[in-house]
Amino acid sequence: MNNEPRHMRRIVTAWVIASVIGDLLWWFLVGPHIPPGNMTESAHWNQFDFNILAITALPVVFMVWIWMGYALVNWRDKPGVPDPVGGEAAKAPYKVQAAWISITSIVVISAAIYGTIALIGDHGSGGGEGPNPVWAPAGTIAANTAAIQGKATWSPTGDQPLVVQVIAQQWKFNYRYPAFGGMETNRLILPVNTDVVFDVTSLDVIHDFWAYQLSVKADANPGVNNVAFAETRQTGQFMVRCDELCGIWHGAMYNSGRILSKTAFMAWATKTEAQNASNTKYLPPFAWTYTPDANGANGGLYPDGNVTPYSPYDTYGAKQPAS
Amino acid sequence: MTISAERPTETAAGTTAPTGPRGVSWTNRPGWMSQHLGTALVLAFLGYLLGHWWGNHIAGNYAYINGASGQNSVADFLALLLMVVGWLVGIGALNYPIAKLFGREAVEEEPAKGLSRYFRYTLDHKVVGMQYVVGVLLFMFTGGLLAMAIRTELLNPTVHIFNPGTYIEIVSEHGTIMMMMATSIIVGPLGNYLVPLMIGSRRMAFPRIEAFSFWIFSAGYMVIFSALFFGGFPTGWTGYAPLQNQAGPGMISYLFGFAVIGMGMIAAGFNIAVTIVNYRAPGMTWSRVPMFVWSILATASLLTLATPVLFSAGLFGILDHVVLTSLYVNEHGGSSYLWENLFWFFGHPEVYIMALPGFGIVAEIVPVFTRKPLFAYKVAAAGMMGVALLSFFVWQHHLFQSGINPDMRPLFMLTTELISIPTGFIYLVGMGSLYKSKMRLEIPMLFSLALYFNFLIGGITGVFLSDVPVNVTVHGSFFVLSHFHYTIMGGLLFAFMAGLYYWLPKMTGYMMNKKLGLWHFWTMFIFFNLTFFPMFIIGLLGQPRRVFEYAHNLQGLNDFSSISAFCLGASFLLFFWNLMYSMIINPQKAPANPWDSLGLEWQTANPVPLYNFERIPVIVTEPYRYSEPGAPAYADFGGGGSGSGSSSSVSSSVEE
Amino acid sequence: MIAVGLIIWVLMGLLTPGTPEGVVNYVGSSAPGQPVNLTIQTVGSMGVGDRPTWVSYLARTPQGQWVHDTTWQLPANTLINVTVYQYDSGSPLRNQQYGQVTGTIGNSETVNGKTIHAFNSYDGAGVGHTFTVPALGISVPLLGSPAANLCGVAPCQPKWPHNLIHFSFKTPAKTGEYHWQCFVPCAAGWLYGNGGPMSTQGFMGGFLDVVQQ
Repeated sequence: MNNEPRHMRRIVTAWVIASVIGDLLWWFLVGPHIPPGNMTESAHWNQFDFNILAITALPVVFMVWIWMGYALVNWRDKPGVPDPVGGEAAKAPYKVQAAWISITSIVVISAAIYGTIALIGDHGSGGGEGPNPVWAPAGTIAANTAAIQGKATWSPTGDQPLVVQVIAQQWKFNYRYPAFGGMETNRLILPVNTDVVFDVTSLDVIHDFWAYQLSVKADANPGVNNVAFAETRQTGQFMVRCDELCGIWHGAMYNSGRILSKTAFMAWATKTEAQNASNTKYLPPFAWTYTPDANGANGGLYPDGNVTPYSPYDTYGAKQPAS
Repeated sequence: MTISAERPTETAAGTTAPTGPRGVSWTNRPGWMSQHLGTALVLAFLGYLLGHWWGNHIAGNYAYINGASGQNSVADFLALLLMVVGWLVGIGALNYPIAKLFGREAVEEEPAKGLSRYFRYTLDHKVVGMQYVVGVLLFMFTGGLLAMAIRTELLNPTVHIFNPGTYIEIVSEHGTIMMMMATSIIVGPLGNYLVPLMIGSRRMAFPRIEAFSFWIFSAGYMVIFSALFFGGFPTGWTGYAPLQNQAGPGMISYLFGFAVIGMGMIAAGFNIAVTIVNYRAPGMTWSRVPMFVWSILATASLLTLATPVLFSAGLFGILDHVVLTSLYVNEHGGSSYLWENLFWFFGHPEVYIMALPGFGIVAEIVPVFTRKPLFAYKVAAAGMMGVALLSFFVWQHHLFQSGINPDMRPLFMLTTELISIPTGFIYLVGMGSLYKSKMRLEIPMLFSLALYFNFLIGGITGVFLSDVPVNVTVHGSFFVLSHFHYTIMGGLLFAFMAGLYYWLPKMTGYMMNKKLGLWHFWTMFIFFNLTFFPMFIIGLLGQPRRVFEYAHNLQGLNDFSSISAFCLGASFLLFFWNLMYSMIINPQKAPANPWDSLGLEWQTANPVPLYNFERIPVIVTEPYRYSEPGAPAYADFGGGGSGSGSSSSVSSSVEE
Repeated sequence: MIAVGLIIWVLMGLLTPGTPEGVVNYVGSSAPGQPVNLTIQTVGSMGVGDRPTWVSYLARTPQGQWVHDTTWQLPANTLINVTVYQYDSGSPLRNQQYGQVTGTIGNSETVNGKTIHAFNSYDGAGVGHTFTVPALGISVPLLGSPAANLCGVAPCQPKWPHNLIHFSFKTPAKTGEYHWQCFVPCAAGWLYGNGGPMSTQGFMGGFLDVVQQ
């Protein structure tokens, strides 16, 4: 009985030391390398959030591990070990129970509050916000509406947001730049230091647009616009992968993209626009469905091959594609 | 509530040895007409053929069903439907209801004896439990082999062993089979076997529903396995529409398989929940219910309440395929979000269906091997019920990036993180119980400690996933994959192993070999962690789930994980070998109470008589009063000894 | 034990790589560094085999035999001259982007002798199929045949109406398996036209297996 306080003191000491060392090591050694990195504003903050959670979690993990380890070493059934105290005395002290419940509740609720602040402060953190985004950077909603109505512009001077439509299809992403005549490209090229609006949609099944280093992830749903935001900060290459199982070639649905300086981007975009002009003129205006759609001439499953394509977002004033 | 000795109890015929619930026969038929696994297989096969012929007959010329695709979903579905019906008719599950339909009283039939009862529609909960043991192990074995195939493909980032279609098929089958198995892996075998023994009941509330739950579960196995013959399905276990609507006939096996398994889950959950509420022995107040029973009650409630949603979701999917409704097709007025919401509204409680029984097992085992009362019993029970309740309010955290209303995200982030509070209770209970204990590191205890180790990692990473900003990076990646393998495999499966090593001596009368058990435990524990921990890193480094190609720089980690996975597979072979060796090759008779447990299930005779307790015990005190000199026995059997004891009466009105 | 054995047997039987599984080897069909000829055809329905209604690609081996395989082994860093016999009809594209020829030499193809850079898929008979290798940026629309009497049994002979299409591309220096597929939703009878033959290797998609010569 007289060595009881010593147990607790040893455990707590070990725990404090392990937690402090663990947290410091994490914060300074591991944390800066945690994905997704620093390519966009969201990527930076998501990395920060991950590290905040990590240094909160490490002490919890160490507490359980050290406790279990200590128990395994000291409280084993060996000759000479007294019987554990049973009966009334073994009733768990209410103080311990109350403390445990309060502390876990506080930690958990703080994590939820912090996550909410981070989510709202970072404009949805790069996640898809659906057709009617609520946490948008200034000016992006207007830019997006203009793009949908076919009135998008972009220039390397000033702080204009760039709107890109991400069109997922079994099994490839295409990127449409409304500000450049509505041209479509195979690779996603973006200017640096720019608010980018992604209008993510799918022409068939559900895909997920995951621009890994940009910390952008949004499901591509058929006929639905899923809007995500990113503010680019660094030039360089990034990876785009499909992150929702979309059939046989899901694993091959990836490509790399690039962030260029604003002037280099402008040069690329102008050149590509001219190069693609012969095909761009055949593309339909901005839309969430193309023809032939699910009922199409060749791929129809349903008998009524001519129903009106589903497009619940007429409020944006998007034109239906010519059929 | 005080001890209510006046409580009406199960009546059994006569004062002599009570007999079990009776089977039903049409007439006094000869032995060769009896129904068993063989007749079930034959009728299932005939049903399949009949269904296929029927479907082609009624819909073969219907252009939109059969047209250019050359696929007749009506025939595919009817074949599976009649296969299941044939299976149930063959095993005799429908005899009783049909007899009743025709207004005939069921003729009673003596329950089968010996080994053959395991191959029949037997109403004894102990037989059903053993049937489930074999059933879930078969399920797990199939899913495990598929996992080995997945890891083989992922040995190389670009060179393919399977073609992509086959790979997706393997991934989907692995996920679905494992998820189906995991819903029943503890409730089925241990829940059915042990609950009546632990609550002092002679039987389940609805033995026919219980037997039905097993046989429909095994029919579900056949249905989901049949997908392989139809080219599989490409959707993974989540079955997202409209990919689901695009897929071939294997998809029907998935949808119907989940519906069939769902029926089994509802039946099992309903029966067990009713039994626990109504069939507890006198004196077993809610504060005297063993922890395992609490966990099974929470699980059974979830099974009963959440599974109907899955059932309807599957039904909608079948309608989409068979009669071309378009419930999940946006372009035709349906919604792909409908499936996502229905599926996860079931899917998230399901996750806790897989976690709670594991918590129950360790909470049951830890006091036995620490020789201490369970720390904070009420907190443990509250934790389980709290998890069960909250689990209905978190499903949209699977849809954070799906484009649904963003306003809901903070709410679902909050509810998801709140659920870690009751989950934390389980840790309070476990860690508190270790304090100044006298730990006996038997195999079940090792598996229980491993659960606390693994589930901690799984649970903490769950908090990362529920944080919406971090979720942007980790959603749909190997990070998630690793997270749920840590909770389901690291939690549930380790608990199942703990439970098997702990209770098999009771269930079969033979001890599992300790030396082989130690080998099994250490290989499983080490290689489990070596397999799945690297996957957190793989996921963070950007590898999505279910891909057959990945970045070249991740090959090292993937190979490490694959090789560990093969070793993990080998450790399961060790387990199967131990099972064979200890149960069949060299069986060692188990002592009546090998772990010195105070649990009621250990106080029955060995082997457990058909009616479990000759006299219904009266529960007189809390469970888990270990190391307490002078504490009364948990239960009073009235005979001064165990249930197999003499018939001398005690002043208790328990005996009718 | 019997059940376990049966399960293993069934699994192994079903999980062996799907049909058709062969690889057509073009490496060595011409001298190292010299252009390799790849001749392929598309047919509206196989007419034979397990799935007679399915649309498919076929390839001609260097020995001149038509085979139903869609994984083609090609030498790295080599010019590939592709000849396509397009025996199928066409339709408008779901995404007109695939009407543009990209990634080939000169970003063009010749269809029945006429050079094309981009094609409006609402014109004429539309586009039957595309030959697209996403990772290499190659995409070539294979224009649909306007004829009414199309070949329905593979392999088709040139006497049947078809479009004769030529283009060339260079294989990358980096070896590996590059996925290629058709981007026309041509799987009639499946939702979005992308099930069945579009979702089965050996019909409307496969790999370019680029290896060192």
